[in-house]
Amino acid sequence: MGAQLRVYKRRIRSVTATKKITKAMEMISASRIVKAQRQVAASTPYATELTRAVTAVATGSNTKHPLTTEAEAPARAAVLLLTSDRGLAGGYSSNAIKAADRLTERLRGEGKEVDTYIVGRKGVAYYNFRERKIADSWTGFTDRPSYADAKAIAAPLIEAVSTETAEGGVDELHIIYTEFVSMMTQNPVENRMLPLSLEEAAEESGTKGEILPLFDFEPSAEDVLDALLPRYVESRIYNALLQAAASEHAARRRAMKAATDNAGELVKSLTRLANAARQAEITQEISEIVGGASALADATAGSDK
Amino acid sequence: MAAELHVELVAADRSVWSGEATLVVARTTSGDIGVMPGHQPLLGVLESGPVTIRTSEGNTVVAAVHGGFISFADNKLSLLAEIAELADEIDVQRAERALERAKSEADAASERRAEVRLRAVAGH
Repeated sequence: MGAQLRVYKRRIRSVTATKKITKAMEMISASRIVKAQRQVAASTPYATELTRAVTAVATGSNTKHPLTTEAEAPARAAVLLLTSDRGLAGGYSSNAIKAADRLTERLRGEGKEVDTYIVGRKGVAYYNFRERKIADSWTGFTDRPSYADAKAIAAPLIEAVSTETAEGGVDELHIIYTEFVSMMTQNPVENRMLPLSLEEAAEESGTKGEILPLFDFEPSAEDVLDALLPRYVESRIYNALLQAAASEHAARRRAMKAATDNAGELVKSLTRLANAARQAEITQEISEIVGGASALADATAGSDK
Repeated sequence: MAAELHVELVAADRSVWSGEATLVVARTTSGDIGVMPGHQPLLGVLESGPVTIRTSEGNTVVAAVHGGFISFADNKLSLLAEIAELADEIDVQRAERALERAKSEADAASERRAEVRLRAVAGH
């Protein structure tokens, strides 16, 4: 076998092996999207009921709470950025990071300091490499977030919002995550989560305009709101985590599908080249044999004379 | 037919139980509360404790609920909990082990959780 042909054969083998890996990753991601979507659906009843309850308290009483009051002059904002732990997901993490950069830029322009909280190794690596400050970070669960993870993230954030700004607290909480629109479309979105706008919460639950009954609060409206709002924030963060996980899997599936297709193309063109090389080799061998034979024939004919 | 109320028991990550009931007993921060059809609209904070639901077929469903809310309006009762398990789903041995471990580590929160689980199973 000629050197040229051997090189092609080796490359075909290596590309085929890579293709098998990307194909497997594509299929794993595809099955995980479905699982992630199911998780989003399973968490919906809790979120809807919670939103209803929050709306009920908010409309049924004039209770004030640090999580719902707008600061007069917001001086510091927290940004929670959801990225992935692993790469090979196309532009998934970098799109979210870009959105976070834009938001940070805008908040700075409004004269606010920005504290960044990050979920996912990719985001942490990006910020560390650029030596930017991270207020807090969580890693290791982005492809399968649990409610406990959402709780762990929410706790320091709620504490920061409840703390006075002068003592290192924040006035606003923004969250950036990748919204799962469909299998093919996932958009990074930014949301101001806190202070909570109760009108928005009402709109979301679809209870706007609906007259809510006069509730009896047990033990009191303040205590109920006190207990409700942190849970509400947790549930919103949980929902964002789940959507981000679904988006991550969808992005990875798409990236791996593209990689598999490219590998297929590459194998095809390499096979063509290998065929051409083999054919060239055969042609050369034939012409060598023919050349050799006619040279021999010439030689014998010459000696006969 | 006796009056009924619709019950939704939902945990943070799934819907645990839903159906019609004639009586629901839950523990709020200010004491046990029983809700029957036609109760006045109510919104309360739940303590960690067992929730008893008497279904309209006469069965009793017991669930261990750890923190959450009870809300009742329009004859619809929602029990929201971060963690909720039906008594049938609770692994008794595991809960007992958890209780022992919590006692030895003096972890009050998980001791309470394990106790609630065991009580839910016992009350079943």
